Amino acid sequence: MARLRGREAAPRRTAAQLSRGRAWWALLFIGPAGLGLAVFYLWPIIRGIYLSFQDVGPFGGETFVGIDNFIEVFAEPDLGRALLNTLLYAAICLIGIPVAMIVAVLINTKGLKGRGLFRVLFFLPVVTMPVAVALVWRLLLNVDYGVLNLSLRAIGLPGVAWLSTPVVNMVVIAIVGIWMGLGTQIIIFTAGLQGIPDTLIEAAELDGAGPVRRFVSVIVPLLSPTTFLLSVLSVIASMQVFDLIFLMIDPNNPAQSQSQSLVSLFYAKGFLQHDLGAAAAIACVLLAIILVLSAIQFRLQRRWVHYE
Amino acid sequence: MQSRALRSGAVALGAAMVAALALAGCSSGGGQDGPTTLNYTIWDQNQEPALREAADEFENQNPNVDVEITVIPSKDYWTKIQTQMSAGTGPDVFWVNGPNFQLYASNGQLAPLDDTGIEAGDYPESLIDLYTYDGSLFGAPKDFDTIGVYYNKALFDAAGLEYPAAGWTWADFQNAAQKISDPANGVYGTAAAPYGQMTYYNTILQAGGEIISEDGTTSGYDTPEAAEGVQFWADLIENGSSPTLQQITDTWPGDTFSSGKMGMFLDGSWAAGTYSSAEAIADVIGVAPLPIGPSGENTSVVHGLANAASAKSENLEMAKKLAVFLSGEEAAGIQAKTATVIPAFNGTQQAWVDALTAIDAQIFLDAVETGAPLPISKNTTAWVPVEEDYIKQILSGQIDTETGLKDLAGEMNDLLAEE
Repeated sequence: MARLRGREAAPRRTAAQLSRGRAWWALLFIGPAGLGLAVFYLWPIIRGIYLSFQDVGPFGGETFVGIDNFIEVFAEPDLGRALLNTLLYAAICLIGIPVAMIVAVLINTKGLKGRGLFRVLFFLPVVTMPVAVALVWRLLLNVDYGVLNLSLRAIGLPGVAWLSTPVVNMVVIAIVGIWMGLGTQIIIFTAGLQGIPDTLIEAAELDGAGPVRRFVSVIVPLLSPTTFLLSVLSVIASMQVFDLIFLMIDPNNPAQSQSQSLVSLFYAKGFLQHDLGAAAAIACVLLAIILVLSAIQFRLQRRWVHYE
Repeated sequence: MQSRALRSGAVALGAAMVAALALAGCSSGGGQDGPTTLNYTIWDQNQEPALREAADEFENQNPNVDVEITVIPSKDYWTKIQTQMSAGTGPDVFWVNGPNFQLYASNGQLAPLDDTGIEAGDYPESLIDLYTYDGSLFGAPKDFDTIGVYYNKALFDAAGLEYPAAGWTWADFQNAAQKISDPANGVYGTAAAPYGQMTYYNTILQAGGEIISEDGTTSGYDTPEAAEGVQFWADLIENGSSPTLQQITDTWPGDTFSSGKMGMFLDGSWAAGTYSSAEAIADVIGVAPLPIGPSGENTSVVHGLANAASAKSENLEMAKKLAVFLSGEEAAGIQAKTATVIPAFNGTQQAWVDALTAIDAQIFLDAVETGAPLPISKNTTAWVPVEEDYIKQILSGQIDTETGLKDLAGEMNDLLAEE
């Protein structure tokens, strides 16, 4: 999981080379996962692509309309704003990766007291429901009574309308997103750290490298496969941001129409305006963007990812 | 040998899995015998106890029927109902409102109730009109609501003002709002909540304007009267009588009012029970009719919900019977006592007024006489988000009233032309 090295995996054997009985068993074990993948991922993708070329009535009923949905979506005035918001969110979320790396190294320091406590604290947001997270953050960010603004006012600064100022609210929501995902990233980094041989660190130490030097010159390069994996996963996940925006930006928020992501736009089209065809077209556009971004990341990895 | 045994084991396991899946798929079909279950879906949890009582009564009268009530929070209600209806798993009976009714009726999702014995004369005419489509009645009027001004007597006393009373005007309202406001202490005169039905629809009508033409085909936003009705609220924010929209989105003004920190708040009759039992204001709460605007009227928006039966219900006749029963005299009587909403069945409204002892709830009934129906068209939900977006931009000072409303009227007319 921590190393994307599928391509160099064990020499392949064709199904025919495996004995028949074993092939059946293999199928049986892969079956449930494969079935889940087919039902919950592949079929919706196929269906989504199909629907993007249909005009769907408010209660079903489809007629083929060619690329009309795509024309409608590209003419949509809110699309550019939603795309920018989504990219901004995804870009900010990437900052979470170095933060997670530093935290992972710190809480894995040998002899650190309360290691377990720190791990629990950083992992708690991951197992908390997004609804609860969003509610608590909304209270903290409340313009009149939020802890953040009360603190600012206490030191003589003006408060900020965190959730109803365009752009500011996307940054704030991205920070909450980072906070929510940090725990998972720390765990994956911890796994990566355990894969670094102690001998390398000790050798660096003997050569006179201090903690910072060891971190920069040994740990960071050796963790680069993990960093790469996380950056790909982070971009894929954050391009699909919806729940935090939906929960933290109310319909009566004056910045609501300026604070949509691509998936919020998808939701608005499909489920509020009853236009499933256009919604499916947005989903296809999003799929294409994510594919392109992932392809770029895979190309760029040659420059900075070291596989031991 | 071994591989054969393994293989047959695998096949047997696989077959068992497929069978299990198939069975799981079938079990929702249900059998013919045993009691019929009808699902009744609503969005207001406060009303569930009374409706449960009414449903129990229906079960008593129809021993072979079970009624289960599902509550979907209003924020997700229409999204869920529409998804369920498209997938064929919708409820048998459910609440409909004016803005969504025509979409459902015109797409054949609702069953006509004409042959159920429901008497149009038992309900206010405006509600029968609201839920009639193509000459058939598709919704049994359940309740109705009007808008009033809830006020806090303690804050009026502190500001040395007289309490609002019938016949008061916009100027009285603006004056009181400004005198009561004390933003430094978190106290506001009123709140410009960006929901048309509660605020600016009423003031537009009071200014002599309209939101949509009577036949539902053109926008009324490009008139000076509409601008006056919207500007009323923009001014209140501007001079500090109301919190800003940024504050309103973070703290719902109804909560500010309930905590005793707001002088006046326009809200529907549906909220009377909640406000008059809010601890901080229970002893100082009052209600008054809306103030009189430039047109000389104090028009309130009148709206109401209906119980509708799904055309796709497997037990269509029973579903229709339940929808009509839940809007009938008996159910209306049960609802009235709980002081939640004003029942639509004529003659049961007084019980609602009597149940609200802390306030003079009669003003909500009187408002029907001079009221105007909630503005709707064939596809109301298409233009309401556009409207709300422009109004929010105007109220938060991002665009000026005149430009904003002109653009809004243009976009709204485009959307109406598509219907």
